[in-house]
Amino acid sequence: MKKLNRNQVKNASTYILVTAAFLILQVLSTQGKLNSTTKGFLVPACAYIVLAVSLNLLVGICGELSLGHAGFMGIGAFTGIVVTSLLAEAVPNGVLRLVMGMVAGGVLAGVVGFLIGIPVLRLRGDYLAIVTLAFGEIMKNVFGNLYLGVDENGLHATIKSEGLTLAEGGKMIISGPRGATGITKLSTFAVGFVLILLTLFVVQNLINSKEGRAIKAVRDNRIAAESVGINVTAFRMKAFVVSAFLAGMAGALYAMNYGSITASKFNFNTSINILVFVVLGGMGNILGSIISATVLYILPEAMRGLQDYRMILYAVVLILVMLFTWSPKMKDIISVVTDKVRGVFRKNEKEAASHE
Amino acid sequence: MKIIQYLINGISIGSVYAVIALGYTMVYGIAKMLNFAHGDIIMVGAYISFCVTNYLGLPVVVSILAAMAVCTVLGMLIEALAYKPLRGTPSLAVLITAIGVSYFLQNAAQLIWSSSPKNYTSVVTFQPLRLVGGQLVITGEVIVTIIASIVIMVGLTWFTGKTRTGKAMRAVSEDREAAELMGISVNKTISTTFAIGSALAAIAGVLLCSTVPTLQPTTGSMPGIRAFTAAVLGGIGSIPGAMLGGILLGIIETFSKAYLSPQFSDAIVFGVLIVILLVKPAGLLGKQVQEKV
Repeated sequence: MKKLNRNQVKNASTYILVTAAFLILQVLSTQGKLNSTTKGFLVPACAYIVLAVSLNLLVGICGELSLGHAGFMGIGAFTGIVVTSLLAEAVPNGVLRLVMGMVAGGVLAGVVGFLIGIPVLRLRGDYLAIVTLAFGEIMKNVFGNLYLGVDENGLHATIKSEGLTLAEGGKMIISGPRGATGITKLSTFAVGFVLILLTLFVVQNLINSKEGRAIKAVRDNRIAAESVGINVTAFRMKAFVVSAFLAGMAGALYAMNYGSITASKFNFNTSINILVFVVLGGMGNILGSIISATVLYILPEAMRGLQDYRMILYAVVLILVMLFTWSPKMKDIISVVTDKVRGVFRKNEKEAASHE
Repeated sequence: MKIIQYLINGISIGSVYAVIALGYTMVYGIAKMLNFAHGDIIMVGAYISFCVTNYLGLPVVVSILAAMAVCTVLGMLIEALAYKPLRGTPSLAVLITAIGVSYFLQNAAQLIWSSSPKNYTSVVTFQPLRLVGGQLVITGEVIVTIIASIVIMVGLTWFTGKTRTGKAMRAVSEDREAAELMGISVNKTISTTFAIGSALAAIAGVLLCSTVPTLQPTTGSMPGIRAFTAAVLGGIGSIPGAMLGGILLGIIETFSKAYLSPQFSDAIVFGVLIVILLVKPAGLLGKQVQEKV
């Protein structure tokens, strides 16, 4: 048998871990061991994992700071809602309809990512960050004022503040600041799990391919990468579009888990939260993103009992984790402590050995 | 006449953005970090001033001074506890810490002052100015805001240009290592920068809440993002750039609300930002740094 290299082992272990977690939760859920609150966490957690992994592709692998990931999530969410409610009669199968909505959301997010990427990817670093922030805010603003409805004459949409008047029997799908209401809750944990697998497949294959190595080369030294003939813009664009596509799919999955959703959900804070998942999980570390997205999504929810204090605790935990993992001084202290602990163990071992 | 009215209102709100943007741009220029907690310092400043006038019954001037003092200490404290240990680490690590600080301030404010909005009484008491037979109304807040920001801008230009500390700040922003070799204490300079930026944020908070009187824990975040946009628009790191960016942003916002579409003013403002950055990638007055190989 061919021996697996380190990367392949790492990738395989990620798949195994995710599958194991899914199976355990699924078994617990069918046996009725999970209460309804925990069950409610499953689909959003899947969506956040996909969002974190896709943003990690951009921030960790590609080295581009993006503060507008929620914008792509929003595109996916609203496209998914529109597509699934239009297909409500044509496609009776809920899962199939959900998948179609997710694909449509992902494709549209990817297309928008491509279009916005053409001009925006000329910028770098903090300037790219602020432009993505601006993009996210524009998306939120547009969706917050979009009225979209369907009646016998077809699909109607407007961004005028007076809204839409539909013919008799028409149905509003998105109604401006009140958002999309009356969404059929199609999302299931199983679909979320499959989406995570797809994301892992796409992102890990991309990272470990020739393209992935080129992208990393661009991140580590753009000028050197350029000088050996790597088309920097093309590779950055590829990562950007893939990331937007996955975020769009996750957005559709997320939105279809709720009865109603407003554009303000996809604001700057959501983008920042996803970025926090990525940074705390470790830049470029896919498994890290998965774990930190899960833990950090559940943490504030689990602390609901602390009421007013939970977000302040979350903030303190966030700051402390950053200080402990990044500060050079802390690193020194930690290494001194671990050395000492190791020293004690070694001493004990030696003593034990001398006693024999 | 309407157009002049909008222009003046735009300059007024733009001046507030400019004062906030100065804090962003100075910190960015010197510490090379995006301080996302800056907007929340504004909120703290406004709350302090609110408490001093409403609960202690002290005069307005005292409340502003108290707000400045508290914010200065707070800014230096945050810098020393949260940002200083991370100096020299990737900027993203500091960015996330700043976001943590921002969450912390917002939620601490919510615990102390509760999330229900407070009605901030304007610090300006004199009557609005009526010109051209009442067609042009300039409120006292507008006059005070514009005068205050002009004073701040002139003062800051003088400070960074003429004083020793100001020169040290410019030196650190230009080349940190070289400045250190010249005997400038980088830590002290960065700390001073945070102190000045936070004091300005306190003033901005008072001015902002005098114009828009609802005060709640999230008061600072949207003006913070706007001001950050303004700083980038003008060229982040450049002090005249922050002023220009802030005032331009205020004018664009007011005009798009008045003439184009009130609900799409956000999209228009951020759209303008994207277009300007595409034409001038380092902002209006930013220096285009050539990369050396």
